Amino acid sequence: MVKSDVQLDAKGLACPMPIVKTKKAMNEVAEGQVLEIQATDKGSVADLAAWSKTVGHQYIGSHEENGVFYHYIRKCNPEVNEAVEKTFEHTISNEEALNGKGLILDVREAAEYTFGHIPGAKSIPMGELAERLTELNKDETIYVICRTGTRSDLAAKQLAEEGFNNIYNVLPGMTGYEGELQKEVE
Amino acid sequence: MTVNIWTAADVARKVIDNKELFILDVRNADAFADWKIEGHKFNYLNIPYFELLDGVEEILPQIPTDIEILVVCAKEGSSIMVAELLAEAGLEVAYLEGGMKSWSMYIEPVKVGELSGGGELYQFVRLGKGCLSYMAVNEGEAAIIDAVRFTDVFIKFAEEKGVQIKHVFDTHLHADHISGGRHIASQTGAAYYLPSKDAEEVVFDFTPLTDDLTVKLGNSEIEVGALYSPGHTIGSTSFVIDKKYLLTGDILFIDSIGRPDLAGLADDWVRDLRQTLYSRYRSLAEDLIVLPAHFMIIEELNEDGTVGKRLGDLFVENHGLNVEDEEVFRSMVTDNLPPQPNSYEEIRHVNMGKVTPSNEEQTEMEIGPNRCAVR
Repeated sequence: MVKSDVQLDAKGLACPMPIVKTKKAMNEVAEGQVLEIQATDKGSVADLAAWSKTVGHQYIGSHEENGVFYHYIRKCNPEVNEAVEKTFEHTISNEEALNGKGLILDVREAAEYTFGHIPGAKSIPMGELAERLTELNKDETIYVICRTGTRSDLAAKQLAEEGFNNIYNVLPGMTGYEGELQKEVE
Repeated sequence: MTVNIWTAADVARKVIDNKELFILDVRNADAFADWKIEGHKFNYLNIPYFELLDGVEEILPQIPTDIEILVVCAKEGSSIMVAELLAEAGLEVAYLEGGMKSWSMYIEPVKVGELSGGGELYQFVRLGKGCLSYMAVNEGEAAIIDAVRFTDVFIKFAEEKGVQIKHVFDTHLHADHISGGRHIASQTGAAYYLPSKDAEEVVFDFTPLTDDLTVKLGNSEIEVGALYSPGHTIGSTSFVIDKKYLLTGDILFIDSIGRPDLAGLADDWVRDLRQTLYSRYRSLAEDLIVLPAHFMIIEELNEDGTVGKRLGDLFVENHGLNVEDEEVFRSMVTDNLPPQPNSYEEIRHVNMGKVTPSNEEQTEMEIGPNRCAVR
């Protein structure tokens, strides 16, 4: 099971209905949340990815199970510039983090992590960080990573405020990562 | 305005009759770039349907008002939606029934010419996929070469002509489309021939197609003769019909030549391909009309919708027959090949009889262009 915030059943619907429904469902999804779309139309695979790109949402991935395609799309606000200023002062490059001795903490949504993460990285989505601090060691070196460095910037600040001592924000983040990806789905 | 419905046959007429048409293709950009409906005088606009969910107003200035408009998508659902939006905006438009899926399957039989003693040769043009199949008929008997998988098209055609299908040939083990050959043979009691060298992994019975094998149609003895011509595959065999037509399979096309790599043995087969094109075919009469198993571009169609050209003309005009240097030739047919056809390995397995996918799965496998040639 891939984790998502909102689910849409578009099974049995032919093109263009899966996308028509997805577009509508997206209105009910909060920014940063993940929508799962269940569809049986094969064309939905290429079209949902292309549609997401057109409107500026993040198409995370899809997998097939018993003839049903499960798609995951994270809602983005195309009006907001992705390159928001990052203010956490301790940053580290992808390469340095990969070669470092610390823990790589992936704060993207669970679905994003499922569809490909750095081998060995630990997943705590940013929204769950506050309640899962006990899973982390305050003296350990932690490299916080997300897709573009924005969420990890916020997460790094949050951790520092909680008294964590060796926190780094990894830049540019997963968008600049070209190494092996570990996936939790086929 | 109302929305009109066009069948694939209607569109085929526009292609063959050289008509103008404006195609609004609402599939995604990748699908359009890969494969579309080709016509001599067709103009295109590709806007994915999911960019038109809020209306078509923004694209109206890009749509002409003086030529016919056809909206096309993968299956038809999205094209209906877009066609209706355009109709509401006051345009007269049509959509393609069954979408690209039906276009891929549509076959137009065209008469190539007369055979001696009253016989006829037909070419079955599958416009959407670029596949060409053949049926020679004479005095109540028919031979079929390189039939595509829609067996009923051939069987019905034979019934209409009042002929009995006696011989069914495949020039080679196809990798770009699923053969209907052995199914037609088993339904009609005809013999099914396949070159043994292509058939080592085949799991059904067939009659070996050997060099120089000749069958006769009717009493007036129209000859269909086999000519071993390897290179696209190791078993590839051509046919000479009535000393007039040369059916080249996937070895020689009108504006290109065969590719040797679809069975994974490009390096081994280059020499064979060269020998077939530069020596075996050279020894044949230049007045033979070359009839290939594919066309790649719409320019290869003749005015009457057939695909065929005099062998002597091809020796002059076809680039692939005019590469003097063997090394240059080798590099041309092994290094710079176009992408391989969709699902070509799976298709080979279907044609070997190893797997039997459902109709729906077969349609899916055959989607897209054939890409059997090197230009």
